[in-house]
Amino acid sequence: MYLLDRPEDIPPRLTNRLNLRIAILGAVVVAAIATVLLRLWSLQILDGPHYRALAQDHGVLDVRVHPPRGEILDRDGKVLVDNRTVMTLQLRPSDLPNDRTERRRELAKLGDLLGLSQREIHQRVRATPQYAGYPVVLKQGLDRQVLFYLLENKESFPGVSVERAYVRKYPEGTLAAHILGLAGQISPRQLKQQKYRGLQPGDIIGQAGVEYRYDRFLRGTAGSQRIQVDALGRPRRTLGNRPAQAGDNLRLTLDSGLQEVGESALRARGLPGAFVAMNVHSGAIVGMGSYPTYDPSFYTEPHTKSEYDVFGNRPGDPLVDRADQGGYPTGSTFKPITATAALEDGLITPSTIFNDTGSLDIGGLVVHNAGGAANGPIDMSTALKVSSDVYFFNLGLHASASGRGGQIQDWAFKYGLGRSPDIDIPNASAGLIPTPTWRNRVYRSHKNPYIDRPWNQGDNVNLAVGQGDVMVTPLQLARAYAALANGGTLVTPHLGGRIVNLNGKTVERIKPPPTRRLRISEETRSVILRGLERAAMEPGGTSYPVMGGFPFAVAGKTGTAERGTGQEDQSWYSVIAPYDDPQIVVTVTVEHGGFGVESAAPIARSILEHYFDINAGGASGTAAASAGGVE
Amino acid sequence: MEAAKPSLTIAPQRSRVLELLNLRNLDGIMLAASIGLIAFSVFTLDSASRHEVAADPLYFVVRQSLYGVIGIALMIAVSHIDYTRLRELRVGIYGFIVGSIAFVLLVGTAVRGSTRWVDLPLFQFQPSELAKVLLCVSLAAFVYERIRRPFGIGQTLRLLALGLLPAGLVFLQPDLGTGIVLVAITLTVLFVAGIPWQHFAALGAATVLLAGGAYLGGSAAGVELLHGYQQDRLTSFLHPSDDPSDGSYQVNQAIIAVGSGEKSGRGDDATQTELLFLPERHTDFIFAVIGERFGFMGAAFVVFLYALLFWRAIRVMRIATSYYGVIVAGGIVAMLAFQAIINVGMNLGLMPVTGITLPLISYGGSSVIGTFLALGLLQSIHAQSDARGRH
Repeated sequence: MYLLDRPEDIPPRLTNRLNLRIAILGAVVVAAIATVLLRLWSLQILDGPHYRALAQDHGVLDVRVHPPRGEILDRDGKVLVDNRTVMTLQLRPSDLPNDRTERRRELAKLGDLLGLSQREIHQRVRATPQYAGYPVVLKQGLDRQVLFYLLENKESFPGVSVERAYVRKYPEGTLAAHILGLAGQISPRQLKQQKYRGLQPGDIIGQAGVEYRYDRFLRGTAGSQRIQVDALGRPRRTLGNRPAQAGDNLRLTLDSGLQEVGESALRARGLPGAFVAMNVHSGAIVGMGSYPTYDPSFYTEPHTKSEYDVFGNRPGDPLVDRADQGGYPTGSTFKPITATAALEDGLITPSTIFNDTGSLDIGGLVVHNAGGAANGPIDMSTALKVSSDVYFFNLGLHASASGRGGQIQDWAFKYGLGRSPDIDIPNASAGLIPTPTWRNRVYRSHKNPYIDRPWNQGDNVNLAVGQGDVMVTPLQLARAYAALANGGTLVTPHLGGRIVNLNGKTVERIKPPPTRRLRISEETRSVILRGLERAAMEPGGTSYPVMGGFPFAVAGKTGTAERGTGQEDQSWYSVIAPYDDPQIVVTVTVEHGGFGVESAAPIARSILEHYFDINAGGASGTAAASAGGVE
Repeated sequence: MEAAKPSLTIAPQRSRVLELLNLRNLDGIMLAASIGLIAFSVFTLDSASRHEVAADPLYFVVRQSLYGVIGIALMIAVSHIDYTRLRELRVGIYGFIVGSIAFVLLVGTAVRGSTRWVDLPLFQFQPSELAKVLLCVSLAAFVYERIRRPFGIGQTLRLLALGLLPAGLVFLQPDLGTGIVLVAITLTVLFVAGIPWQHFAALGAATVLLAGGAYLGGSAAGVELLHGYQQDRLTSFLHPSDDPSDGSYQVNQAIIAVGSGEKSGRGDDATQTELLFLPERHTDFIFAVIGERFGFMGAAFVVFLYALLFWRAIRVMRIATSYYGVIVAGGIVAMLAFQAIINVGMNLGLMPVTGITLPLISYGGSSVIGTFLALGLLQSIHAQSDARGRH
């Protein structure tokens, strides 16, 4: 026994006492462990079946308690989306009586109460995805009388429940509707997805916009209430309560003041269009809007399927976010990309002079400058200033293109065109950069009546000035200009700024790393930026009529894209400000808005004025529209 | 006091690297049991919290594993130091205990209405967890200083006061559970040190009189000594199925959970601890989770690991070469066994709910690390006795 080995420093009088006391300590521990094991045996083995039955007790009902979604705020904390509570009447079709006549009678009584016809009830049921136990919201915002009547006569309305629900509220109305997106019931398909694990039918998730992308933060955690019910299913008492946890708040990078300026300028113009205002270094979007727009609160009320269809298919496609889903030819705003390709691939040098006679013969086809102007011998920077098409036609003619790429195409890809930008709202369009392979394939498939011949160099000439098959979204163009402005970093555009928990503590900063770095020589960059600056600030520049009086130098490019015969041209403007130390890029497009300087540039100017806190006045938009412009 | 010095030389030097990782002097069974417990904790957290934190299903697992790794490293480090030197630091250690608890009391952050935490740069730390093991070390040292002479009642009272001061401060936080553990450590240290039976009898009688008097006097004067919820918790186990919504609710649900585990557990069908709102299911009620998910086999296995641990810990008391080591080991046995038994008892409806964690199984950095430090001390006492035995 190891008892022989006693500590040598122990007082002799204590030796026996120590042995006894260690033995007592040991005995206590042994007794305690034995008790625990006996109790475990009794609970789990002897009484296990009893407790298993209790745990699976059907007399206990778990009611899900929905959490309020987090709020969405602008960058200064102004609330763009929050919640209101409503009492909703829900119907679970699977819990309706099995008997046909009974079911009809109940629905008829319900219809009388709510002022809904049988048809309307059926339509609403059909508008909700069918799924076992899926609740159909029949009505939101019940009268007190109806509410109490239903609560008191619960037994005669099986399958009907009244629940308190949170519904989105939009204090700023339609402002930034496309960006904010929508929250709605999870669909049966989404329920099966890994990222929605643990959710149940009837839960609300983000379905579009930043609501979709940041859903995991905004969603919160559902709580539950465990209620003991008697044999008739009537609640007897609450057994437990796990409160729902509200979602975190989302702070956007959006400046709601600037957003308002941009949206109202578009609305005032009255034509479909879009704008993007983005920090050139971080990709943080300070404003992004699309016109026409829609009122997101429409989706917070229950509607029939046909009402939804009518709302979504109104003229002008108000649900489409033109800023990141609308792909268009960009007209001359494409020229900086062509210029980068030509200078970087050594087709020309900054001082190469072309004689712009006003037209150019490409293999028998004569193409003209817009407005037929002739600019004489000009270099790159001047060509950008006056937006000489002939100069760029020449580049398009000499740039190579084959297979899936080409000199201009490859640079367009590097600038992020033709690829979907990884912005934090879903469904951003990739646009299209035409290549020989693409055009030949579509031609052979006969799927597009406009593609009526295979690729030829004329397509490249068109691409050089942003005409023809090319499709670019305003967001893509803004991003390409940002890369030009910041020295070649292709930023990842983002609307989310940070996630803030309920205590106001930032739990996550949203700073997506840049997509890539372009290798553009400083010389190329400065020549192009200088050309854009002259276009905006020097008399004779394409946007001088609008931007000439701006308090400091900016670099901007107009674009006027042909949209087919009989249609007004599409107006574009993309501007980097300030020229000396670029901070922001603003890109505006207006469908059928005519010359870039007429429609798009004045809108861009008012956005810049708001951003730089400049009082409007002097030579602004309206005067410029009459001045016209030479593209 | 001087007599202990010569026996302090540690084993002769070998290669530095081997020396650093040398596990030969450690008690292998104790080491295996402690690693088994932390591994079982991580395993349980993994299977029980997989569906919980939607954004980060491995939240608890990653953290607990990290605490375990840090704890094991600290345990091995501590096992290599000469624990008898800690005696010289007793005043400093004791000062640190009282100071840190008082500091938390003054400036710590409030978690669920009681202040137990300090925000360190990387995580929150709960000094009262560390206080448990440090009290074993320092109180044993104070006792050891006085052990040459027979104990007078005055001496006993002074030593008792030393132990009850930090316990009282912790109680004020208010953290009833840790306070009780500190009292248990104090009494066990005095018990192992050989305080005469008569003193214990006198103390017991005084306590009963005082508590009764204070309770009656207090209620008469309208002073509540225990917070309402503490009272509820302490007494509700006496009448567990009165009303599901009161203090016994958790115990009730825990019993159903454990019982429903039957022989081999319900695995992923474990709804009782999943849905059933056991509020502290990663910490205080994790044993109920084990009972439900893994059944009698799992729960009894955990109890078996604890039994191994306590057996080896008590064995350390018997082979220690210094009486100081015996007393320290006694305190640590009390600390580990008391927490484990009270916690498991609470999960099984045998003990009141006091917010005492299950050592190495409950989720929590301070608790895991504090426990490993204590085990490191036991290993150090063990290592030195072995080293001596080989001469």
